[in-house]
Amino acid sequence: MAKTPVQFRHNGREVAIFVDGGMNLLSALRDEIGDHSPKFGCGQGGCGACTVLIDGEPVLSCITLAETVAGKSIETADGLKTGPELHPLQAAFMDNFAAQCGYCTPGMLMAAKALIDRNPDPSRVEVVDAISGNICRCTGYEPIINAVLAAAARRGERRA
Amino acid sequence: MPVTVKTFATPTEAAAALSDRSARYIGGGTLVMRALNEGDVSISTIVRLEDRALTQIRASGARITIGAGVTLSQILRERELSFLHAPARLIGGPAVRTTATVGGNLFAPAPYGDLAVALLALEATVSVMSGYGARDMALEEFLASRDRSPGAFVLSVTCDRPSSPEAFRFRKVARVKPKGVSVLSIAVSLSAVGGRVSGPRIAYGAMAPTAIRAKAAERALEGKTLDEAGVAAAVAAAAEGTSPANDAIASAWYRREVVGVHLRRLLLGQDG
Amino acid sequence: MLELRKDIFADERDDNLKEIGKPTQRQDMLGHVTATSVYFNDHKLQGMLHLKVLRSPHSHARIRRIDLSEAERSPGVRRIIRGADVPRNLNTLLSLINFGKDDEPTLAVDKVRYKGEPIVAVVAESQREAFEALAKIRVDYEPLPTVFDVEEAMKPGAPVINETYPKNTFTYHDIYDHQKIRFGDVERGFAAADHILEQRYQMSPIEHAPTETNGSIAAPDTNGRYVVYTSTQALFFSLDTCAKILDVPSNKLHFIGGTVGGGFGGKVDTVTEPLAILGAMLTGRPVRYMIGREEEMLYCAPRGAERIFIKDGVSRDGRILARQFRCLFDSGAYTRLSSYAVVKCAAHLPGPYTIPNVYAEVYCVFTNRVPATAMRGFGVTAVDFAIECQMDKLADLVGMDPMEFRLVNAYRDGDMKAHRREAKNTALIECVQVAAEKAKWRIRDDFKRMSSLKDVGAPRAVVPAPAPAREAILVSRPAGQQRTVYDRPAPPSPEPIRPPPPPPPAQPAAAPSHGAIRFSSVFGGRRR
Repeated sequence: MAKTPVQFRHNGREVAIFVDGGMNLLSALRDEIGDHSPKFGCGQGGCGACTVLIDGEPVLSCITLAETVAGKSIETADGLKTGPELHPLQAAFMDNFAAQCGYCTPGMLMAAKALIDRNPDPSRVEVVDAISGNICRCTGYEPIINAVLAAAARRGERRA
Repeated sequence: MPVTVKTFATPTEAAAALSDRSARYIGGGTLVMRALNEGDVSISTIVRLEDRALTQIRASGARITIGAGVTLSQILRERELSFLHAPARLIGGPAVRTTATVGGNLFAPAPYGDLAVALLALEATVSVMSGYGARDMALEEFLASRDRSPGAFVLSVTCDRPSSPEAFRFRKVARVKPKGVSVLSIAVSLSAVGGRVSGPRIAYGAMAPTAIRAKAAERALEGKTLDEAGVAAAVAAAAEGTSPANDAIASAWYRREVVGVHLRRLLLGQDG
Repeated sequence: MLELRKDIFADERDDNLKEIGKPTQRQDMLGHVTATSVYFNDHKLQGMLHLKVLRSPHSHARIRRIDLSEAERSPGVRRIIRGADVPRNLNTLLSLINFGKDDEPTLAVDKVRYKGEPIVAVVAESQREAFEALAKIRVDYEPLPTVFDVEEAMKPGAPVINETYPKNTFTYHDIYDHQKIRFGDVERGFAAADHILEQRYQMSPIEHAPTETNGSIAAPDTNGRYVVYTSTQALFFSLDTCAKILDVPSNKLHFIGGTVGGGFGGKVDTVTEPLAILGAMLTGRPVRYMIGREEEMLYCAPRGAERIFIKDGVSRDGRILARQFRCLFDSGAYTRLSSYAVVKCAAHLPGPYTIPNVYAEVYCVFTNRVPATAMRGFGVTAVDFAIECQMDKLADLVGMDPMEFRLVNAYRDGDMKAHRREAKNTALIECVQVAAEKAKWRIRDDFKRMSSLKDVGAPRAVVPAPAPAREAILVSRPAGQQRTVYDRPAPPSPEPIRPPPPPPPAQPAAAPSHGAIRFSSVFGGRRR
C-alpha cells in the first residue's frame, strides 16, 4: 500500500516521514518520529492529552490527519526546553505542583504555551479558557492555573 | 481495506468521490477522525476538499455568507461575525476551535452542534453539494434530511446579519464551565416593533436529534412584550415539539423540565 | 494554608516533625514537566503487533458457535486467540492469597455474563486491520435471562449468573454467603429506643476515567523470558496472575511498570497483560493490547454499586442504642476484588461510633453488570456516605445539632468496638471540634470540652451479652420504598425463623498455592 511522504518542521528540525492513509498526527509523531511526549487519552478530541502546536495554534493531534501538516511547524512538549534549561512553564508547573500522574501534562503545557505566547499577561479567566480542552483527573486544575499565571508573570518580569 | 485519503480542488470532484459508500467527507476531523480512531471500518476513503472558497467569509453587507471550511477560531477572530461569537466560544476548547468547521457543526449529532442552533434561529440557508450538483436549501430542511443524504457536504452557510446585538441571543447550558457538552442550548432571533416581539425565531440544541425550531414557543411569543407576563405563554410552551434524548449528559426528563426556565431567562436578559 | 494542631494529643508524641507540614517535590515531577516520564506505551518495539478483543453485545448469553474462518483470512492478521488457547482460562484475582474460587475466564468459552465480556482476541499488524478482522467474526449467541438488580439476583429462582456461585453470592469460609457482625442484641436496643429510623441508600457504579487507558506491551525477551510494559498499579500481583493464567513459572516474566497515567484503583485487575503476553508467545513478536477510550468507559471495571439498608434505634437524648446494616455489593458478573470490599465494609461498620448493639450482614452479589473493582477506598467510601447521611437524619429526628450528635456517639479510647477490639488512638471528637471551629459552626461548650480520652470505661468498654440464639432473616423493604418510623415499632411481624447454621468445621490448614501467605484480616481468623 502506497505511503504518503510528509515533510515538516518538528520542534525546529526539518523532518520527513512516510504515513499510511488515514494515519493521525499523534501516531505519526509517536511511532514514526519517536516523539512520545503527546499522549493518547481518548482518540476523540475530547481530553487534550495529544495537544500540540501547529504554526503556534493548539491542535488535537489524534484527530488531525498526519498528511495535512506538510510544510508546517509543529511544536510538542518534547521541544520546550532550551538546552538543559526548562521553559518558564515547565519550571512553574514544578514550583506549583501542577502534576500528579503527569499524563495530561504535555498537553496542558502546549495549551498554556499557545496562550502565553500570544497573550503575555492573561487573566485567570483566559487561562481557564486556554486549558478548557484539557482534562486532568488528578490535580483539580487549580495548581495548573496557578502555574500558568506564575509562568506568565515571571516571563513578564524578565522582559521588564 | 486500508484507508486512503483523497484530496480534491473542486467540489464536483469531491462529490463524485463520495458516491462510494465507504467514503467520508472530512472538514476539521472532529467527527471522521474520531470514528476512525474508534475502529469504524465502514470508512475506507477520506475525501478532502482544498478549495479557497470554503474558507472565505463575506460579511460586509446585510447578508452574510460563511464558507463551510471556516473554523470556529476564524469566526472568533472576525469582528463582523460577533453575533456568532457566543456559540463559537463555547464549543470545544481552543484546540477544537482551531480545526472544527462551520460545515462540520451542521453534521454534529445531538447533544453537539451548537453553532447549527444559532444559525437555525437566524433562518440560515446552506449551499449543499452532492452528486447532483450544488443546491441551496433552508438549514431546517438540511438538518431534517442530512441522514438520508450520505454523500452530501456543505459548501457555505448564508444568513442575515442581526439588526442589533439585542436582536440575537444565545445561551448554552452545560454542567462543566467554561465549556462542556450541552445539556441544552437556545438561540433566539427577534425584533421588537412598538415594544412588541415581531417574527421571533427560537432554536434549540440537544432537545431533539438535530437542532430544531421551537415553533409553539415562537407562536406564543409573537406580539408579546418582553417582560415576565409577556413571555409566560412562550415559556409554558417551551418543551412542545421537543424529543430530547437520555444521554450521559442529562436525562430527557431533565431537559424538558429546564428548557422553559432557560428560555425565560434568555428572553428577559437574566443571567443563567 | 496548612495548619498543624500540635496542641491536640501533645503529650503522646515528640514534637520533632521534619517532613510533615512542608511541601516536598515529587521525585517524578521533572519527568512529568519534561514529558520524559515513561508510561507503558512510550516504548517503540520493532515489529509490534496490535491486539483487540471481540466483546459480547449481550449481558447474558450462551455462546453456541464462533466462526473465525473469514477473520483468520483477513489481511494483516497474525493470530486469533480463543479461550481454548489460554492455558488456565479460569481465574480470580485473589486466588493468589487463597481467597475465592476461580470464576472468570480470560476469554469466554461457552457463556458470556456481562455486556462487553471478551470472547476472542485478534492480533494484527495494525490496529485498523485488527478492527477489520473483528468485524468479520461471527458468533451465534443464545440470549439468557438477565438480572441487573442485587436483590433480584438473590431471590430464589433468579438466573444463575456464574455457576461457580450458583446462588449469585460469594461464599466466605466455604459455607457463608455473607460477612456478619453480631454485637449485643439489636432487637432489645430497638425496643428501648425512642425513635427508629430505617433508610435505604444506593450508590451508582463510578468509572475511574483515567486519562491514560489500561494497556500493556509484551515482547519476547532475551533468554526465553517475556518483558511486559504495563499500566498496572499492581505490578507483582499482575506478574503472578499472568504466571498462573499462562501456566509458566513467574521467573519467565519480566514486568516493568511505568508511571501510571491515573489509576485510582482501575488498573489493579490485570486487565490486558495475560492476552498481550499470550499474543507474544504465540506470534513470537511484541504485542500491544491497549484499551480504547469507549472500551475503558463502558467495559472496564468501575467501582461497584452498593445498596445499603441502615436501621437505627436512637434515644431522645441522642444516643444510638442499636444499629443494623444490610449491605449488598454489586460485584457485577465476576468476583475480582468485591469479596474483599465486603470484608473491608464489615470491618468498618458501624462507623467511628460506639453503639452498644450492632448487627450487620454484608453480601457480595453477582449480577449481569460489568465486574466491579477497586476505587479510592472501595468497600468503605460508599458505606460511609450512607452512615453519615443517616447520622444527619438521626440528628434531625431528635432535634440535635448534627455535629453535637456525632460528638455524643463518637468512639473514645478504650471503647469496645463491634468487632470485639478495643478502640485505640481515636480522634473523631477532636476532628469534629476543629472542623466546627474552622467552619465557624457553633457547638455548645460542653461539646467543645469533650475528648477522645475522657468518659471512657465500663459500660462502653465491655462486650455486651449476645442476642438470643435465633437469627431472624432480615427482610428489606421492596426497592423504592423507604420507611421512617417515628413511634415505637409494632410487635415484630411473623418473619420466618431459620435455624442457626451449624458451627463451622475446624478450619483445615489449606495449602497455599504459589507460596501465598494467609492474611488473617481476609480470612477473619480469630486472633486475640
